[in-house]
Order: sequence, then structure tokens, then C-alpha cells
Amino acid sequence: MIEAVGLTKRYGDKTAVYNLSFQVRPGAVTGFLGPNGSGKSTTMRMILGLDNPTAGHVTIGGYPYRRLPNAPRQVGALLDAKAVHGGRTARNHLLSLAQLSGIPARRVDEVLGVVGLQEVAKRRSKGFSLGMGQRLGIAAALLGDPQVLLFDEPVNGLDPEGILWVRNLMKSLAAEGRTVFVSSHLMSEMALTADHLIVIGRGQLLADMSVKDFISANSADFARVRTPDTEPQLREKLTSALTEAGGQVLPEPDGALRVTGLPLPRISDIAHDSDVRLWELSPHQASLEEAYMRMTQGAVDYRSVADQRAGLQQPLPPGAQPPMPVPGQGQPGWYAPPPPQQGGQPFPAPQGTPGPSAPAGPYGAPAAPGTAPGGPANPYAQPAPQAPAGAPQPTAAPTAPAPATDPTKSEDAR
Amino acid sequence: MSMAATQVVRSEWTKIRSVASTVWTLSLAVVVTVAFGMLISALAKNEFGSMDARGRLSFDPTFISFAGTGLGQLAMIVFGVLVVANEYSSGMIRTSLAAVPQRGTFLFSKIAVATALALVVGMATSFLAFYLGQAMLGDLKASIGDPGVLRAVIGGGLYMTLITMFSMGVAAMLRSPMLSLAVLMPFFFLVSNILANVSATEKIGRFLPDQAGSKIMQVVTPVDDDTPYGPWGGLGIMVLWVIASLVGGYVVLKRRDA
Amino acid sequence: MIELEGLSKRYGEKVAVNNLTFTVRPGIITGFLGPNGAGKSTTMRMVLGLDRPTAGDVRIDGRHYDQLKDPLTYVGALLDAKAVHGGRSAFNHLLCLAQANGIPARRVHEVLDTVGLTAVAKKKAKGFSLGMAQRLGIAAALLGDPRILMFDEPVNGLDPEGIHWIRNLMKSLAAQGRTVFVSSHLMSEMALTADHLVVIGQGRLLADTSMADFIARNSHSYVRIRTPQRERLLDVLGGAGITVVESGAAVLEVDGDKSEAIGELAAQHRIVLHELSPQQASLEEAFMRLTAGSVEYHAHDGQPPAPAGPQRQQWGGEWRKG
Repeated sequence: MIEAVGLTKRYGDKTAVYNLSFQVRPGAVTGFLGPNGSGKSTTMRMILGLDNPTAGHVTIGGYPYRRLPNAPRQVGALLDAKAVHGGRTARNHLLSLAQLSGIPARRVDEVLGVVGLQEVAKRRSKGFSLGMGQRLGIAAALLGDPQVLLFDEPVNGLDPEGILWVRNLMKSLAAEGRTVFVSSHLMSEMALTADHLIVIGRGQLLADMSVKDFISANSADFARVRTPDTEPQLREKLTSALTEAGGQVLPEPDGALRVTGLPLPRISDIAHDSDVRLWELSPHQASLEEAYMRMTQGAVDYRSVADQRAGLQQPLPPGAQPPMPVPGQGQPGWYAPPPPQQGGQPFPAPQGTPGPSAPAGPYGAPAAPGTAPGGPANPYAQPAPQAPAGAPQPTAAPTAPAPATDPTKSEDAR
Repeated sequence: MSMAATQVVRSEWTKIRSVASTVWTLSLAVVVTVAFGMLISALAKNEFGSMDARGRLSFDPTFISFAGTGLGQLAMIVFGVLVVANEYSSGMIRTSLAAVPQRGTFLFSKIAVATALALVVGMATSFLAFYLGQAMLGDLKASIGDPGVLRAVIGGGLYMTLITMFSMGVAAMLRSPMLSLAVLMPFFFLVSNILANVSATEKIGRFLPDQAGSKIMQVVTPVDDDTPYGPWGGLGIMVLWVIASLVGGYVVLKRRDA
Repeated sequence: MIELEGLSKRYGEKVAVNNLTFTVRPGIITGFLGPNGAGKSTTMRMVLGLDRPTAGDVRIDGRHYDQLKDPLTYVGALLDAKAVHGGRSAFNHLLCLAQANGIPARRVHEVLDTVGLTAVAKKKAKGFSLGMAQRLGIAAALLGDPRILMFDEPVNGLDPEGIHWIRNLMKSLAAQGRTVFVSSHLMSEMALTADHLVVIGQGRLLADTSMADFIARNSHSYVRIRTPQRERLLDVLGGAGITVVESGAAVLEVDGDKSEAIGELAAQHRIVLHELSPQQASLEEAFMRLTAGSVEYHAHDGQPPAPAGPQRQQWGGEWRKG
């Protein structure tokens, strides 16, 4: 069990972590989420006694890490897979760690087997790929057979087989009653792995709850409804009937409807009453990513904006096929018409001064910003070129679910 | 369909001026060459009185003011190596070759830009080293108008430039800054000196790039000198070395996967 | 469009890429999948003319890469985010690439804005986090506004906001009619991003199909049904020759992709359905099934080798007591 109480870390003026209190319980995989720069790594380093908190404290099993008797056998951590002396072989690296804490050498061979590196055990680790380095780091974390495990971005660089393995490894470690604390940026991966979530943003606790509760609390469930493709008028008919009944209906990219605000049986009845046949009627929960995005808005460090122009392209070579038209994308060209500029435009829109040095391509075309960037309060309203130009651009973002997020039947349904 | 070379030259100029190593290697070359030349010149002035006749006959005030070249050239070598081999150590080479797939254009634009810069710095260093060195020599000083002196001073600049080009070719062949420096540093600092000072190998040592090239900086031929080439002949030998290393570098870049 | 024909690459004895033939088409996102060591990166390097094929051919819009004038305006690629000179600023890094291809300097400011690095444009790249380096690499790929884009593991190191952004960026690039070719190890991410898949294993082509086909072919799909008129529906489906499995209380399952047929039958017989959801295995499962046997480093099942179990306990006990 890891327990943080009022944990605070300041670097000069900058507060990296502020008044963080949480518990990481044994027997579950606890995910640790937050945007880049939100203080996740700092927190992990303080848990491991690498950084000293400015205020508050964090304990493992009741002791601060530095006072933990035989710490390497109680706590295993993977922080930075590349933090290995490159000239040493994988086996010697582990052996040196084992000897430091009086772990017998045969345990080294055991963990090498567990992570699948026994064949390269005698090779110098500087020749390792990121994925192999990651496996070596996991081996080091498992070495002392510890009750508490910390992983920072464990699937970085692993291939799908490795990702599946790490996921199952973490679940089985938790099932054995260990405490597993894992940070990751991969929401879809976290949704499959973690039972519990701790979310921080700008160094402060944003959420500490189960994955299920987190998703329900931060997003709305919805139903996916599909009518026969052959009769588009049925779709219109159902849309108006559902809207009349108080539901919100949004089109999905594949022609289905996303309905919120009405329970499934009610949708079924409405369809029945209006004589619309259904090809699909499935309950969906928003993805962990959507829920996370909604919660952490405004706590992001590097924010992207829409690419402003598309004027550099080479003309198509003779005989090459023109770009395929994309259904549902009613854009005439690559320039979206310049939207009315709203307040808070963070950068001046470059207006087309023809580039004299441009040898090819229509450099001179006025660069129309694809869309107006959202107000500073809301990065995800961001426009982005992906929004179909035909659809009215939602300006108030929080109510607009990102339409591109879930075009597939994802695992949420199960 | 070949890449416009002027574009690539501009790009390489941006690359070379935007890294700190360019500034510190080149300024180190200037400072070391000039300062060391001044120091040796000052010492030589004090020792002249105690020299025998042969020594006085061989006394070459111009050459003495270039005494720092042997050390200063090491900074030029580092400059040349870093310009080329840092592309490999950083992985930038793949980005660069994706932008300029004509590998010859890429390599020779890079070398042209670095060479031009080395020439400017080399010439400035050479003239500075000469004038400041002569100032240290007092009465013993040579004048730029004396026969052979201008040739030696311009030759000093050319020597610095050629040594940079040579190391760029070597770096293109070896594709690693550490490896290139590990080959070039001992070569110029140790091997060349050892060969020159052991009588059995002395004659071979004369045909190494640095020894042949440095002949251009001599104005007074030592009394018992039997070198089979003159100043320009020596520089010609050095140019052959440079051509060989650049061709080698080009062939390696052309043949090998990036 | 990228066309590969019989592309092969051998390093000495080892065959990295073996006779690959496929086409990456414009207007869609093509995912490029395979286990570590399958030859994905080698293939991408050959597309860019960085590695020379041992045999076969790869063409960009009909031409070899080195025949393209100002290639960055045809193909933008992110291969390795850390392939940047650490001592150069982000701005100068992009500027030197732009100059090499006759792209005006103001485009550099635009792409820096696009990837959100304007604030750190003058900072040296060696201070960048992996996520920032990744954004810089993406900026370099967008620099020439190319018709073809290639990304090798683009979400590496990005935070959720960045992942969300790059996914939408790729979708919009494809929607603009560009060719987008992207490799990734993150199946759940790919499932959200790619329309088409090219899968290789040990250098050989394993699949070249649409995402939907790939999942359908390599995994099991079924339809889940809930209805208040359970008995009637069972009769109707039985009558139509559809096999139904009863799975738990009030839930029926039908094998295969039959949701449309079931919906039509239910409507025809005026049966109310409270759920009719097609269920599919994940891309990950489909991928695992296809590539089993072409994986380089096999880990054991999260547990030490069989006999080690009790041993480990014993061993653990030893020191825990002490």
C-alpha cells in the first residue's frame, strides 16, 4: 500500500505537485493518469525517495522509502527503461542489482525467463531495442519479488505481443494481492488494465475512483442505432421521432446515429411506432479517453492547432489517380472557408503574400486557417480539420462529443 | 530532375551556423594557433643568441610563427569531423537524406559550406598568427614582402582548410564522431611525429598529409634538408590525400544504407 | 500512392523483408502492423530510399524516391523522433529541411504552430521530451505539405491530448485525399485510426485488407440481442435457420455478422428488441491470431517457468522471514 498525504513539490517558483493525498491499495491495478508535465513522474520519484517532498509525505507500507527495511525486496519500479549501463550484459545488470540486496543469482535467471530475455541475457544492453530495454526494466522491477510495483509507461516500445503480456502480467501481479501502480498515456490500454484510477492535472488531484465510475462521471452513455442503409428516409424519420421524444441525435461517420437521453427500450418503442426497422441498437459507454479528455481540459502544456494551409502540394503527376472523394466529407477543396474570427485568436492569420521563392505549388494562395482555434478554456473544442465542413461547427465545446473518437464498435460495449 | 544545389547549400549553411560546436571548434583553432605561435616566437627570440651557426642559418621566423598550427589543426579536425559525423550520431542523416536523396549533392554541398568557412577562418588565423608572431620576434622578424613569405602565410590558411576537408572525408567513411576522432587524433598527434623522428621511417613520414602540407609554410629551407618536393609539391601531396579521403567518403555514403 | 513490388532486403544471411508487394492508396489511413523485427522499419526506410532493396522496387506516384524534385513536398515522413541534432533549435532544424527543398521559411512557423511547439521553437532539441520530439518530427513531416505521409509509431511518448490530436490529424489528412501510411504497435489505437491494414511477419506479407475484413476474418463475431418477447424471437430465428445461443438472463447470442438480417426478421414479425448489438473481437485479438508464430521475443505467461512457482515461494519466504 502506498499512501501520500499532502504531498507537495516545488522547484523554485514552479509547483510541480501540490497537496496530493491518495492511497494505492493492494490487490488492484491502479492507473496514474495526467497530461505531460502534470507531475506524474515527480510523484513517482518522491514515492521512491529519489526526490524530497517540499511538504507532506509519502509512505510505502507505513515507512518512507528511505527508511524501508530492505527496500528493493519490498518495492520494484520501472521508471526509465534506458537507465542501464549500456556496456553491461542484461544478466550482469540484473546480477549487480541482485547482489546489492542479497537476492540469489538463480532469481536473475528466473526473471530473465519471465520477461523472455534469456536468449539475449549475455548481450550488452546498448544493442537492445526500446522494447527489449523495457523488458529488462520490468525484469529488474520483479527481481526482489516485491509486494509493491511501480511502472512508468511500461508498454513504451513493446510490440502487440509484448503489450498483451505486460497487461496480463500486471493483472496477475494484482491478483496475487500485490500493489500495482502504473502510469500511462494510452487510455485504451488503461481501460483494459486498470481497476482504479488516480488522475492529476497541474500537480493536483483531479480524480481518485474506479475506472467504471470515472467514465460514468465524466461522460454520458449513448446508444448506437442503425437503420437499413437502403432506405435513407427511415433514418430521417427516426431522427425526427427521437428528437421529438427528447433525445439528442448525432450522426456517426458510418451512417449510424448516436442517441443520448433515451433508454434503449424507449428507442425501440419509438422505432416500432414510427415503423422504422432497426439493423442495430447497441448500448455504448464513452471511452476512457473521452472521459479523461473532458476531465483534464485546460491542464495541457503543449497544445496543437489546426494546420493552417495546404498550399505546398506538388501537382499530381500525369497519369496519377486523383484523390478519392471521401464520403460524408463535403469539402470542396482543402481549404475550409475562413470562419468568422472570434476573440482570443492566439496567432495572426497569415494573409497571402505570394512567396517569391516558391518554385512549384501554389504558395501564394491565401492561407485560410482551417478553423478558428477554440477559446483558451477548451482545447478539445478544437476544430480540427476532421470535423465535416458541412456540419455546423459546434462552438460550445463541452457539450459536443468529439465525433471522431469512436467510429468503431469498441470494447466499451462489452 | 536533380536537386537544386543552391537550395542544399543554403540548407547546409543553416545547419552549420545553428550548432554551438561550430563556434567553439573554430574559435579554439584561432586562439590556439595564434597564442601558441606567439609563445614559441617569443621563446625563439630569446634562444637565438645561444644558437650555433647552423641553427642561425636555418632560422625561419615565418615558420616559427606557425608553430601553433600543429595544435590548432586538432580543433579544425574536430570541426570537420563533427560537421559530417554528427549527422550519423544524432540520426539526422535519415532526415537529411529523405530531404536530399541525391547523396553526392548532399555530401558535397555540406563539404563545400564547411570548406568555405574553414578557408575564411584558416586565412584569418594564418595572417593573425604571422603578424602577431612576428611582433614577438622583434629584430628577427620577417616581412610579408620578403620572398616566399606571402606564399607561406596564404599556404598556412590553405593547410588549415585542407586538413578540415581531409577529416570530413574520413568522418564520412567512418560515420561516427568518436571513431573518426580516435583515428585522426593519434594519427596527427602521434603517428606522424613518430614516423618523422625515427630515421628508418622518416622518408615515409614525409608523404603524410600534414608533413607534406606543412612544407608550404616554410620560407627558409633547413641546411641539410633533402625533402624531394618543394612547398607547392608538398601541398599537392596533401591535396591528393584530401581527394582520396573525399572519394572514399562519397563511395561509402553512396553504397551503404543510411 | 506508394507501390511496392517484390521488395526484398537481405542483411547477409538474414532476410529482413521478403518479396513484399502491396499498394498504399490515397484517401485512407493504411495501418502497417507486425511484431518487432517483422521488417516494418526496413520497409519504410526503403520507401524513402535510405536503404537499398536487395530485389524489387518501390515507387512514389510512379517514380523512385530519388527522382522526386523537392521530395519533402511529395512525401513527409516521421521515422525516428530522436533523429535530430540535439544542439540545434527546433526552428533551425525545420529551417534547414525547408531550405533544402525550396520551402519558404514562413511555412516553418506554420508547422510549429500546427504541432504546438511555437513557444519552444528557439530551444535546443536535446532538452525536448519524447513527446515534444515526436511533435517536432511530425512538424518535419508536414513541412512540405506533402500528398503522402508516413509515420512510424507516431504516438510514442505523446500524452492523451497528443494522441487524440495526431489521430485526428491523420484522419483529416486522409480525408483531404492524401496517402497516410502509419505503423504502430498499439492495436487499440490502430483500431480507432486505420481504414486499411497491411500486416507483415518475418518480412512477409500476411494480410492486406480493410480493417473490417481483417477483424472479421481473424476473429469471431456475434450479435447480442435482448428482447421482452424472447420465446417468439427464438421461434422466428429458429424458423429462419439461425442458431441462437442463450447467454445468461435475457441475453441471446447469434454467431456471425447477422445483425441486419435479425433486425429485418424482428420488424417483419413485429418483435420488440431492446438491444441488437453486433459484437466483434478486438483488432488485437485478430492480430495475435494472425501473427502467432512470427514473434521474436516470447515472454512467459506472466509467471516464472512452471517448476519455479513453488520454488519462488520458498525462496521468497526465506528472506521475508529475515
